[in-house]
Amino acid sequence: MPGLTSENFRANSVKALANPQLQRALDNIRRDFVDFRGRAVGELPEYDELKRQAIALKDHTLENLDFYLDAFANNVEASGGYVHWCQTAGEAREAIVAICKKRGAKTMAKGKSMVGEEIGLNAYLEAAGLVPIETDLGEYIIQMRGETPSHITAPAIHLTKEDVADLFAERHKRPRKTEIPALIAEAREMLRPRYHEADIGLTGANFLIAETGSSMIITNEGNGDLSQVLPHTHIVLASIDKIVPTIEDALTAARILARTSSGQEFTVYNTFSTGARRPGDLDGPEEFHVVLLDNGRSALMGTKQQAMLRCIRCAACLNHCPVYKSVGGHAYGAVYTGPMGAVLTPTMVGLDKAGPLPNASTFCGRCESVCPMGIPLPALMRDWREREFERAEAPATLRKGINAWAYLAKRPVLYALATRFAAVALKLLGGRSGRLASLPLGGGWTATRDFPAPEGATFRAQWRCARGLG
Amino acid sequence: MTEKKPRVGLFVTCLVDLFRPSVGFAAVTLIERAGCTVEVPEAQTCCGQPAYNSGARQHTKDIARQVIALFEPFDYVVAPSGSCGGMIKAHYPDLFADEPAWHKRAENLAAKTHELISFLVDVRGMKSVDAHFDGAVTYHDSCSGLRELKVHDQPRQLLASVTGLALKELPGAHICCGFGGTFCIKYPEISTRMVSDKTADISATGAGTVLAGDLGCLMNMAGRLSREGRPIKARHVAEVLAGMGDRPAIGEPSVSGSPQQRRGAVAPAKSR
Repeated sequence: MPGLTSENFRANSVKALANPQLQRALDNIRRDFVDFRGRAVGELPEYDELKRQAIALKDHTLENLDFYLDAFANNVEASGGYVHWCQTAGEAREAIVAICKKRGAKTMAKGKSMVGEEIGLNAYLEAAGLVPIETDLGEYIIQMRGETPSHITAPAIHLTKEDVADLFAERHKRPRKTEIPALIAEAREMLRPRYHEADIGLTGANFLIAETGSSMIITNEGNGDLSQVLPHTHIVLASIDKIVPTIEDALTAARILARTSSGQEFTVYNTFSTGARRPGDLDGPEEFHVVLLDNGRSALMGTKQQAMLRCIRCAACLNHCPVYKSVGGHAYGAVYTGPMGAVLTPTMVGLDKAGPLPNASTFCGRCESVCPMGIPLPALMRDWREREFERAEAPATLRKGINAWAYLAKRPVLYALATRFAAVALKLLGGRSGRLASLPLGGGWTATRDFPAPEGATFRAQWRCARGLG
Repeated sequence: MTEKKPRVGLFVTCLVDLFRPSVGFAAVTLIERAGCTVEVPEAQTCCGQPAYNSGARQHTKDIARQVIALFEPFDYVVAPSGSCGGMIKAHYPDLFADEPAWHKRAENLAAKTHELISFLVDVRGMKSVDAHFDGAVTYHDSCSGLRELKVHDQPRQLLASVTGLALKELPGAHICCGFGGTFCIKYPEISTRMVSDKTADISATGAGTVLAGDLGCLMNMAGRLSREGRPIKARHVAEVLAGMGDRPAIGEPSVSGSPQQRRGAVAPAKSR
């Protein structure tokens, strides 16, 4: 994955916290996502039942993944398309460039694709002499800025409309506009001719439908539709966990996705693509390719982490995460961010590099409570922490601290003595104020917070006296 | 009235034991008023959560076995903490998924373990308390209690019966305060940002006191409030419900005499 800096999560987060522009932008999350989702879910009496169905259909699909992948591939081929099975990111990049080269293509119109980010597609295309054009508004903005997405559904959430107004005025060389509809209209006007220039259209997929060999994309801008219909070749880039058995299943999941993601009843454009243009069709691509990526996903099957493959990328967990809300997505130094990214990233880049991410949670559980697919995100983060601790990859100070503390906690008599001593010592340190302004080894706390001193003797010591046991 | 009173084993929690014995005494008062006898097993240490959330599963299981063996003789186990109560109730059985004998014991213990306030209201049917507190308070829902144990209405219901007390709802009461156990040490800057958002929200309610059901969150909020120079006190909700709300708040200078001695000054209250 490109530009990976997960190892530096803490340093990245310190920078993010000190960036007033970013902090202003992140304030929009509460209104745009949290409030809207709350209302949209609240208005749907059958939400819990729909959630239950969506989980069941994903679990069923995963249990029979080989069957449905085969069925999907057969149906793509039956409708005149091609399927490219790719184990790794590198294989997927090469498959895409090979398709482009074969057609002598020069430009690619791209719908939004997180899998495209996962495989570092744009840099690879450019190195191969191709020009990728991002057509999703958020992606269009960050492509101009040379950035990666900071959010899986709202790639430019780290920017304010003023930032975008400045960027457009500079790059489009038009008078600076400040209202959002005017900015959107300007971007549309700039992008429209680019679709016609493109030789290749590449989209992701929200769902791959086994029974028909179709891909389904869900957007609010219609950019994905233009990207996949106008160029002569359409490439769908998707990971194997996007498979669902039927169109009805895709719609069940799509209903819940819209509500939990953007707080809409349903998204504006919901488009199915099946194969290449048939004789007599008015439009559609001449060639239809599906690049199916594994990239570590099949290795999760049969493990605790399998539940993560239920994820439909709604971003509710990011939007409700107080850590994500504090530092934004770029601090994670990974393609996938927030709680779902903290769970997925170690699979993709290794726990040695991504270790800080599953540790970046208070386990407040808000992510799990809003996840429409019932993914136990805190438990999956804890699973990574356990592997880290077992492999002695957790930071040495944490390991030593936990080992020393556990030694005491398993020896009640010693523990009682130690805590009696600590209670008195800390109380003395606190003096008359009742609190400590600095604490040995506790600088992280006391740099910004006082540390309340103990009241005096431990509860159990006082209890012994009170009940005449001592 | 020959019916035997239920025996409650008080799981004091390591933080209450060390930092805030008042909460333990408040819990004893409330559980006794709810018609139970209270015992405090001496050999208790901690529920093991710091190890569990740090990925030290073997340590956690060793500690959990200790807790199970120590507390399984009681009719109920009650903890003045949603976090520790949640550890025993929601996580102990999972720890022993592959050890059938211990799994059974963990499940039995989980079934009779309760967070203090939900025990009073949901299990013992307490509807009100006989306590007085002067002034406006706000209430923060600690995460584990709220999401793992569904503690939300119970503290509000009992607080509504405290004379002189006005509850001002805290916007974002369900959002984490940034404590998170070892999180506040691993990522102190993010933790600070989260607790600063929280103290700003608390301050905006105009309440003079913030209450919660977990000492970790309370120490975090109290520490930030005092560093920011905000004149807002922090207390465990049990202290107010037990009529001990006139004692020094968390992080305030203590007065002479142990909480146990002072507790005698609290007017005896009718049970339920």
